[in-house]
Amino acid sequence: MHSSSSNKLKTKVKRSIWADGDPFIWATGAALTFTLCMTVILMLVVMYNGLGVLWPHQISLFEMEDGSFVAGKIMQWSEIPDGGGERVQLKVGNRDLYSLDFRWVPENDIAEITFPNDAIALERREFGNFYGFLQELSLNDITVPADTEPWEAFLSAWNAAVERTQPIQALSQEVQRLSREMERNRLSRARLEHQGVEADAPKMVNLIEEQSELRAQFDETLAEQNRKTAALRQETAIFADAGGRTREIALVDVVRPYRPNTMSIPAKVGFYASKLWELLSAEPRESNTEGGLFPAIFGTVMLIFLMSILSFPLGVLAAIYLQEYAKEGSMVKAVHIAVNNLAGIPSIVYGIFGLGFFVYGVGGIVDSLFFAERLPTPTFGTGGILWASLTLGLLTVPVVIVATEEALSSVPKGIREASYALGATRLQTLRRTVLPMASPGIMTGFILAMARAAGEVAPLMITGVVKLAPSLPIDGQFPFIHLDRKFMHLGFHIYDVGFQSPNVEAAKPMVYVTTMLLVLIVLIMSSLAIYLRSRMKKRYQMGSM
Amino acid sequence: MTQLVTSVIEDPIVRTRNLNLYYSGAQALFNISMDFPRNQVTALIGPSGCGKSTLLRCLNRMNDLIIGVTVDGSILLEDIELDDPDLDVVELRRQVGMVFQKSNPFPNTIFENVVYGLRIAGMNNREELRVTCERSLQQAGLWDEVKDRLHESALGLSGGQQQRLCIARAIAINPQVVLMDEPCSALDPRSTARIEDLIAELREQYTIVIVTHNMQQAARVSDYTGFLYEGVLIEFGLTKKIFTKPNEKQTEDYITGRFG
Ligand SMILES: Nc1ncnc2c1ncn2[C@@H]1O[C@H](COP(=O)(O)OP(=O)(O)OP(=O)(O)O)[C@@H](O)[C@H]1O
Ligand SMILES: [Mg+2]
Repeated sequence: MHSSSSNKLKTKVKRSIWADGDPFIWATGAALTFTLCMTVILMLVVMYNGLGVLWPHQISLFEMEDGSFVAGKIMQWSEIPDGGGERVQLKVGNRDLYSLDFRWVPENDIAEITFPNDAIALERREFGNFYGFLQELSLNDITVPADTEPWEAFLSAWNAAVERTQPIQALSQEVQRLSREMERNRLSRARLEHQGVEADAPKMVNLIEEQSELRAQFDETLAEQNRKTAALRQETAIFADAGGRTREIALVDVVRPYRPNTMSIPAKVGFYASKLWELLSAEPRESNTEGGLFPAIFGTVMLIFLMSILSFPLGVLAAIYLQEYAKEGSMVKAVHIAVNNLAGIPSIVYGIFGLGFFVYGVGGIVDSLFFAERLPTPTFGTGGILWASLTLGLLTVPVVIVATEEALSSVPKGIREASYALGATRLQTLRRTVLPMASPGIMTGFILAMARAAGEVAPLMITGVVKLAPSLPIDGQFPFIHLDRKFMHLGFHIYDVGFQSPNVEAAKPMVYVTTMLLVLIVLIMSSLAIYLRSRMKKRYQMGSM
Repeated sequence: MTQLVTSVIEDPIVRTRNLNLYYSGAQALFNISMDFPRNQVTALIGPSGCGKSTLLRCLNRMNDLIIGVTVDGSILLEDIELDDPDLDVVELRRQVGMVFQKSNPFPNTIFENVVYGLRIAGMNNREELRVTCERSLQQAGLWDEVKDRLHESALGLSGGQQQRLCIARAIAINPQVVLMDEPCSALDPRSTARIEDLIAELREQYTIVIVTHNMQQAARVSDYTGFLYEGVLIEFGLTKKIFTKPNEKQTEDYITGRFG
């Protein structure tokens, strides 16, 4: 008996591979690998396409078999679909000359490719990049030192022109200030009118007088600004494209001139850094396909913050009630089911609810109570960052509730009993012991909610996001935080630039860059939350619990 | 049903009279009438599931936390009826402290664990807290081991130290009665011996009720012993008497290990 059983242990029995469970382990491993691969590939594609965009690529000059010339930036080589060799996609820029930024050139038509040192690229305020060659300066007021090399002369003239924009900017700010003052004045009069004050009442007369003064000042400043701008626009330079067609470009229209073919690596790195800075800090240009993303970044971050402020306390309090105070029963069960289902409703439905309830309902009431004098122009009765974040808050509340409940119920019973046995009330136990211990789990809910909110675009599109917002929701104007304002958002930016822009090909790089930034922001925010969570964990859950 | 009223005790601190307890209808305690002597150690013994913890938890109304518990009969602490909906449970639990089977320190520093009861009672004077903390840890025999790490996490202590910390925490608020539900069941013999010594010392100041499955322990630490069987108090008396010459056959069988 004894020996037979020990023999049984010694001879390894061959079981079927299903009984051994190996295939199951392979399946689990494969599933993990698959998801990881998809994520990594997605990130790599975005980064490959996004990171290279800002680099100053060389300008190639193609001499064609028929003797013509084409210049531009090589985008990609590819097989010609019907056979017949390769072709190259060239970004030729100069939209004002060719009306298309991109051109396919069959390899067979190319006689020679060179990289001339004097090829220049201009980033411009309008019409996209210009690729070509400098011909001559045509200056009016600005002088450059004699017998400098033409490119150096152009650069010094351009710098001088940029410097001269500063007083114009000051004037333009003054114009904006005056127009705000006039708007305020108009609203004050509208309010008085709304209150039934007569047109010849002293208050009213004062306002009207003030208004005409403002108007005079406004006209004068605006005229001054226009005059100066026009004068500055006289300072131009003449450029020629590869084929020799010339173009006169005002110096102030040039955002960034460079000669990529002569740039050293450090110079290129410097250029890259300055482009990156522009991306993070500047306003967009050219219907969002160029320039910076600052307003969109700002809008995204502010939206997530507002959403968090609104949704987290609500979710946590609701979860505390459900978990700690509500009596077990069919009612609570129904609420649980409802909460779990809420998390699965398509976000556009939340958007529509937000539009109907917050924007038209609550916003309409707020307008009629507090901003009646501005009607029919809506103040809160139209989409804005407040309503958008409330809508997102509503969308994420179920996530927060579920996670918080889970976290609360995972606090060991013994700890609660210990607290009660020391004479603590329910609230004291909750505040001093249960909540701190549940905080890492609650944080997990926050992270999930934040990630979900950052990725939503659909509900925003009908509750206040815009393609181009004239001003940020926070600025130096009283009352500094303008929750009624419309805002820009990286997610919507991707959609808008990528699919709604008139020049989709030119916008492509921006789509990748924007995607990268959005992912980066989500990553930064959740890393921050994860860091906080790990600190809470250390503080409250260390050791053997 | 056997009904047994203990008349041997003079001036008891806690008394139960005809105490019945039901868990959502299922009766767990039957007609318990028992006196707990002042400044003595009373042990509750009996087979698993006989209602020892349930009886113990009646004395500080911890059963309130369980949904569906109903109690009838009476429980008196110094002539105050405990089974009274108007009773201030918070105050009751400050006077009747409890130590659990599984040590359950809060995930906080040692110091904060000891002063928890004081803090929730609104005491914030640092000096007073410090003094009480030291006194309680001294009484719990833990002071020398932790005096240099009061502000480190309590979860870094060993199981035995954690249990003594829980005792320190319970006596920091100066209760009259300390209830202990199998305080040594998860500990090694050395830590058990320490806690038994501790119980002997605490006896001077507090009334102690201890639940234990360890007959030697009951014999060593207690002055009085009650034997429960299926929710009924079979026998109660001086420990010496119960362990040498019990009146009931069931008690004798249980103590000598013939059943249970
Ligand atoms: N929360 C509860 N709900 C329902 N029944 C319970 C509950 N707690 C205990 N009981 C029942 O009450 C009876 C007494 O339980 P109790 O925990 O008091 O026993 P015990 O003597 O402490 O046992 P042990 O020595 O195993 O700790 C048991 O039959 C048990 O099943
Ligand atoms: Mg028990």
